[in-house]
Amino acid sequence: MNLSVNVQEDSNVKVLEVSGEIDAYTAPELKETLMPLMRESGNEIEVDLENVQYMDSTGLGVFVSALKASKESGSHYTLKNVQDRVFRIFEITGLSEIIEIKAAIRGGNE
Amino acid sequence: MEAFDYIEMKVPAKAEYIGVMRLTLSGVANRMGFSYDAIEDLKVAISEAVTNAVEHAYEEKESGEITVGFGLYEDRMEIMVADRGGSFDLEEVKNGTGPYQSDEPVEKIREGGFGLFLIEALMDEVKINNKYGVMVIMTKYNREEEVDMDDDQISTIQ
Repeated sequence: MNLSVNVQEDSNVKVLEVSGEIDAYTAPELKETLMPLMRESGNEIEVDLENVQYMDSTGLGVFVSALKASKESGSHYTLKNVQDRVFRIFEITGLSEIIEIKAAIRGGNE
Repeated sequence: MEAFDYIEMKVPAKAEYIGVMRLTLSGVANRMGFSYDAIEDLKVAISEAVTNAVEHAYEEKESGEITVGFGLYEDRMEIMVADRGGSFDLEEVKNGTGPYQSDEPVEKIREGGFGLFLIEALMDEVKINNKYGVMVIMTKYNREEEVDMDDDQISTIQ
């Protein structure tokens, strides 16, 4: 039930590899890494959620804050490899409409 | 009265126990034969309810505990999550909840407020009592048994 967040810098894109479960206990850790990057201007960030099997509304809160910060700073982020269960939470709440999400790759196809 | 098994746990009102509750629920729901997807729904719902209780305790500067009860019925699970903090304005909470509407500007989206909405979306019945502290009672039916009940079988019974 822990969360780990690693930042990989790949040319001009920063990739945040998140693994574990995102809930009220672990969300602050994600927020502490993601928010400073979103507040800097001109950052292009990919948040890789391949190894996140569980997320609830506290995770949504972090991504909403990140979206707000990015609008002000001119940075940009996308979520990638989002698992079905996690994607469902974005879908039910309507946030999949405004947050750029690439679902998990299945059988080599997107 | 309908027969049922009842399991109750008390945990400190701290965020680190939310995951423990989720794991416990997962075990109980698995024992009852809930499907994988239903168990995942239940996990989100109980986490949202326990998170609310933890935040509530924090706002009230209480170091209280949260009581979680599982009612195991033949066809459903009833989950009760209660904290003993002061009550809150339910209407106000309900007004601040709901899905994102596409005409809403990003700056206006609430970072919180999705919790109660998710509980209502993922569970079959939700009741909230805030007379003494806050108590959320939510029910999910186990529909596994209905899967192979097709039209033909129903007409045979009739």
